Amino acid sequence: MGLTNQYIQEKLVEKFADQVCNFEDTYGMLCFEAPKEQNLKILQYLFDEPTLNFQFLTDLCGVNFPDDKGRELAVVYHLHNLKENIRIRFKVFTSIDQTDVFTASKLYSSANWMERETYDFYGINFVGHANLKRILNVDEMDYFPLRKEYPLEDQTRIDKDDEMFGRG
Amino acid sequence: MNNHNIALPEGSIERQTTTLNVGPTHPATHGVFQNIMELDGERIVSTEQTVGYIHRAFEKLAERRPLYQVTPLTDRLNYCSSPINNMGWHLTCEKLLGVATPKRVDYLRIIIMELARISDHLICNSIVGVDTGAYTGFLYVMQSRELIYEIYEEVCGSRLTTNIGRIGGFERNFTNTAFTKLEKFLKEYPKVLAEFEGLFTRNRIFMERTIGGGAISAERALNYGFTGPNLRAAGVDYDVRIHSPYSSYEDFKFDVPVGKTGDNYDRYLVRNQEMWQSLSIIEQAYQKVQQFKGADAEVYHADVPEYYLPKKEDVYTKMEALIWHFKIIMGEIDMPKGEVYQSVEGGNGELGFYLISDGGRTPFRLHFRRPCFIYYQAYPELITGGMLSDAIVTMSSLNLIAGELDA
Repeated sequence: MGLTNQYIQEKLVEKFADQVCNFEDTYGMLCFEAPKEQNLKILQYLFDEPTLNFQFLTDLCGVNFPDDKGRELAVVYHLHNLKENIRIRFKVFTSIDQTDVFTASKLYSSANWMERETYDFYGINFVGHANLKRILNVDEMDYFPLRKEYPLEDQTRIDKDDEMFGRG
Repeated sequence: MNNHNIALPEGSIERQTTTLNVGPTHPATHGVFQNIMELDGERIVSTEQTVGYIHRAFEKLAERRPLYQVTPLTDRLNYCSSPINNMGWHLTCEKLLGVATPKRVDYLRIIIMELARISDHLICNSIVGVDTGAYTGFLYVMQSRELIYEIYEEVCGSRLTTNIGRIGGFERNFTNTAFTKLEKFLKEYPKVLAEFEGLFTRNRIFMERTIGGGAISAERALNYGFTGPNLRAAGVDYDVRIHSPYSSYEDFKFDVPVGKTGDNYDRYLVRNQEMWQSLSIIEQAYQKVQQFKGADAEVYHADVPEYYLPKKEDVYTKMEALIWHFKIIMGEIDMPKGEVYQSVEGGNGELGFYLISDGGRTPFRLHFRRPCFIYYQAYPELITGGMLSDAIVTMSSLNLIAGELDA
């Protein structure tokens, strides 16, 4: 168990200088971000560098921060080094008007559907993805439902006539 | 899909491929899965998967629900082992809120989680049996699953979608009946499992049907994000219970069974071995639980009045308790800000919860890492070139649960 969060941070800063930033320790997990143009280079470096060896993509998902102008959407990667058993979280941010992010599906086969899911819910356009189409929602849907601009139905609304479920 | 007459393999006697639509509701797909297959005779040339038929937008719903109202959503992910999902969610909340649970609670949780793992694996393995033509095993092990469900019922009142436990512990202490039922299970189940193994493990037909089918190498499995028994069957000993112990799993001795080839037969063997291990964990946990005496034996939750519901009789008689009850149910208590990833070893792999809290009453974002959503991608690679009937067995041996896949 030689690998520590501090060492990972040093290696990343050594390689990418100030491109990688906002390092923080969230409940023991190292978390950092980078410009979205750099995402593949960083993922590849984490994958190939023999002392880091982050070859398992645990999770990939999107997040919407509507108030953060120019950085409304985030793609969050959870990576795991199974040998040293250490996890890290890596984020890239993108604006909601220009949602291109490079795909990680060439590096991880598992990213294929996870990116489709992220596209489906947040509309992030994964550049280079072989089959970027909706996966859980219907193909005809013309919006991205997990964005914060689409609130859930107001629970107190009374204009609906729904005898079966006791509304109205 | 309009690729009839796509290039047929060398030596094929067919003149064109046949398109076969398997699913979404079909007796051979245990769950709502659709596969549009291109067949050369009975060999699969290609397949296109469609998922999402029972998508219920849990991640969106969770953004308006206080913590306790998210638990019933997790029930409906992998409904063959919902207690594991419930516990995973409560562990996530506890991590965010900084709640430490007493040892007795951890051990009781482990008993429930391992029972859930057994019931999950029982279903999966016996369904593999059904798909290879042996119905007996499936019907036979239902008796044991019933025993497990009775224990759930005794602890939380429900059977399938359990909504078991609370933040910090359980809703009530285990009754004597619960322990009696557990003892009965521990006494009867080994015989059932041994007999179940006797029916299948060295059964000629079963072996011929499963060996070599749906195989995947360790390297590909890792690249595809396999976890759980499916990854271990390919020879990688990754187990969340060992790698990131939660709920005091570090106090227990158990083996992590691994396979070699990653085929249907190895997956079956790994699951069976895991059931034996789970049984031993339950025995150890039960022994540890029995060592608590006097007041310690009455501990079934952590002391966290902000998140743990007060006693019902207090709610009816005391103003203060009523206020807290209301506040907790309505989610009037703000969570701390933070980002948490917590994973548990679910029935079919690493079940992860990625929770972002902005300090409000509901999660700002909650993402479920659903193991079978991730590894189902590999299905075309597993079955292409094989027979249609083997593809059915492969599907059930992957332990796909539609509820979890579609979230």
